[in-house]
Amino acid sequence: MLKLIWLVPVLPLIGFLINGLFGKKISKSLVGIIGSGTVLLSFIISVVCFFELKSGAQKSFTVNLFDWIKVGALDIPFAFLLDSLSSLMLLIITGVGFLIHVYSTGYMHEDEGYYRYFAYLNLFMFSMLVLVLGANYPMMFIGWEGVGLCSYLLIGFWYDNHNYNDASKKAFIMNRIGDLGFLIGMFLLFDTFGSLSYDKVLNYATNYSTGDTKLTIATICLFIGATGKSAQLPLFTWLPDAMAGPTPVSALIHAATMVTAGIYMIVRSNILFTLAPVTQTLIASIGILTALIAAAIAITQNDIKKVLAYSTVSQLGYMFVALGVGAYTAAMFHVMTHAFFKALMFLGSGSVIHAMGGEQDIRKMGGLAKKMPITSKTFFIGCLAISGIAPLSGFFSKDEILAHVFAHQSMIWFLGVVGAALTAFYMFRLYFLTFSGSFRGTHEQEHHLHESPVSMTLPLVVLAILSVIGGFVNIPKIFGGGFLALEHFLEPVLESSLLKLGILDLSHSTEIIIMIISFSVALSSILFARLLYVQKNMLPQADGEQKSFMYSLSQNKFYFDEIYTKLIIDPLHSLSKILYKFIEVSGIDKLVNSFSPAIQGIGNVVRLIQTGETGFYIYAMVVGIIAIFIINFF
Amino acid sequence: MNNNLIQMLNAVPINNYIVLCTVLFCIGVLGVLIRRNIITILMSVELMLNAVNLLLAAFAAYRNDPSGQVFVFFIMVVAAAEVAVGLGILVMIYRNTLSIDLNSLKRLKG
Amino acid sequence: MILTYVFYFLSFLAVFCALMMVFSKNPIHNVLWLILTFFTIAGHYVLLNAQFLAAVQIIVYAGAIMVLFLFTVMFLNLNKENEPHKPILIKGAGVVAAGILLITILGALKTSSTQVVGCNCGIDSVYYNQIGLVKNLGKTLFSDFLLPFEVSSILFLAAIVGAVVLGKKELGE
Repeated sequence: MLKLIWLVPVLPLIGFLINGLFGKKISKSLVGIIGSGTVLLSFIISVVCFFELKSGAQKSFTVNLFDWIKVGALDIPFAFLLDSLSSLMLLIITGVGFLIHVYSTGYMHEDEGYYRYFAYLNLFMFSMLVLVLGANYPMMFIGWEGVGLCSYLLIGFWYDNHNYNDASKKAFIMNRIGDLGFLIGMFLLFDTFGSLSYDKVLNYATNYSTGDTKLTIATICLFIGATGKSAQLPLFTWLPDAMAGPTPVSALIHAATMVTAGIYMIVRSNILFTLAPVTQTLIASIGILTALIAAAIAITQNDIKKVLAYSTVSQLGYMFVALGVGAYTAAMFHVMTHAFFKALMFLGSGSVIHAMGGEQDIRKMGGLAKKMPITSKTFFIGCLAISGIAPLSGFFSKDEILAHVFAHQSMIWFLGVVGAALTAFYMFRLYFLTFSGSFRGTHEQEHHLHESPVSMTLPLVVLAILSVIGGFVNIPKIFGGGFLALEHFLEPVLESSLLKLGILDLSHSTEIIIMIISFSVALSSILFARLLYVQKNMLPQADGEQKSFMYSLSQNKFYFDEIYTKLIIDPLHSLSKILYKFIEVSGIDKLVNSFSPAIQGIGNVVRLIQTGETGFYIYAMVVGIIAIFIINFF
Repeated sequence: MNNNLIQMLNAVPINNYIVLCTVLFCIGVLGVLIRRNIITILMSVELMLNAVNLLLAAFAAYRNDPSGQVFVFFIMVVAAAEVAVGLGILVMIYRNTLSIDLNSLKRLKG
Repeated sequence: MILTYVFYFLSFLAVFCALMMVFSKNPIHNVLWLILTFFTIAGHYVLLNAQFLAAVQIIVYAGAIMVLFLFTVMFLNLNKENEPHKPILIKGAGVVAAGILLITILGALKTSSTQVVGCNCGIDSVYYNQIGLVKNLGKTLFSDFLLPFEVSSILFLAAIVGAVVLGKKELGE
């Protein structure tokens, strides 16, 4: 079955082709079945391969499809590599992907572009699977670009709206800025190692010393690529705007899969980053800054999806902090649990928006718990998970990150705890304002409120269960037994890094103290939020009211977009105008337009030789003969 | 006596013949360039041909190679034919334009 | 010695007659001066002992071709007053061009050598100057150059046909 691993990306590709080419002619249910069915098949194959890999002797398996580029020293085959890391990502992508596909059949049921949606979604699955299954950096780059493209297509899915188009363009362009870093990183890697396949690059890297300059620069460039794709400072402003797309898209792409591509890339190249401590410090700093700033913005946002978007950015920041201190397993663990509870919450918000008939402002919601029991209960579980309440999955993953960070540097740990407090606060602010209290919307909306159909609630339930039990794959030693399944599973991929970094050794008491601190901080934030929004019934201020400086700073996203516009976009616009006026119109146009009159002028002059008089022609002949004589003999 | 006379005859160096023929040729060119009468121009062309003939014959004599004189013979043949046809054309031109001025043939003006 | 004087006399005569031909106004005078030029050139042929050529020159050129010219001149009824003239400037330009041509050719020919390797025919060598005789020339003409000889007869045929066609009057003219 391992040989059939190439089917995993190809099945969604087939689904894309069928839905894209014939979707208009086949019925909606068939479109949905094809779209979800291909992903289900991929999921089944992934599960089988996962078990085969776990029980088998070999730790990795490569399928070489065909020779793609073979130029001189550059040899890039179109090959898929299945090892523990990619297998884990496969399970997450196909599993959560399948649930979201099922959810979409319900959510997008009334939409005109139903088949187009599923075609794009399948194309996205194909690109993402190529990204994680690729056996060399260019294959990853193919997937990288593919998911960027699908993100653009899906964000701007309702293309009639110009704002949505702007948002999708913004996402794509910011991704491209990061991609430049990725490309340069790839070039540097090729220059250093002479190959771009994982096995060659990562094996040769062990021969290099820590702090090698070339590796540092290459990893910094790769990290720039990761900031673009995974929405870190300063390339994160596209993610909140990307909420213009349909909610399942936000769940799949901007919560569970695409944004984790950057983290996957860094974990895949872990040895390179371990050998470049400068880059690691950079990653950790940017990660924690992003986590804090995003959390600070989230506490004042009033759009349900925007809160979740900033929450995603913040959690991604945590994952990058983990990468920055060398805790690769912790980062992957958090990727997994984050996929579960973030997708859950996004799908839950989709359910709410569906019930509210398109309304997304939480100030107009409230008291939805009675009308939508399943949604509210699963959403509650998601909020508990993200806040890090034991024994849900988020608790284990976040705590592992914080433990590793504490062992590395206490300052970042402290900031991490602050971030955790903010996370718990804004999540439960969202929950209380949406689901508790009394309804604040209009009467028609109130009549329209209903629980979502089974196709939408079933994935919610499944994801909620996963959010609860997902943490048990990597229970730390202090809870007796030490069921560190994930860590053992990922060991082959992280071997060389672990050799250099060593294993985390915190004394048991320190670990327990850290856990208690983060747990209590989270709990107190939740109680504080409950105080504000349930007991005191405080409402967020309406748009026109006067706000305090900090509040408006936070609500206006710290004016990041405005700063970018002033610093980068406006100068580019004026430069383009100048170039147009002076070079294009006066220079190039004039040059090209002058060719025709020039040739006409030359023709007019040469025409005068043709006088028609025979005497003149004879004279010209004699002059010519003289010239030939002179040239030949003198 | 024949041989004496003959041996007396080859005292002129070849350079003299070259200069003479070149001068005659250039006088022919002068005639072609200066005159406007078509008949005079044709006659100047005949003069040029004769200059060349003389030079060829001189070279043949000095090289002891009869092919030079045979060549002169053929040039005369061609010159005769050309004069016949050329004068025929001239008569046609006169019939059509009623003048033998070279400047009357201006229809090819571009 | 005498030869050199004869040569110079004949060449002076040839150049003088040629110049007079180019510069005289009356077309009939042009023809007559040209006939005289041909006679001088025939004299040169005699100097070279090219007897056959001298005879052919007088018979064909001076006798036939020039007579043809004379016929045409008289047929077109040209005389001195109707003679067209070119402007002085153009005549001057023509003279300059011809002069430059003369100097160029002389210069070119002077720099080149008239010696041929392997041939015993320098300007000072004594040789057997019999090639101009009719008998010897005929031998060469009819053995080595037989094909051109025959083809030239076809050339004459073409010329005759061409001249007749060109000279015919169109129907109705």
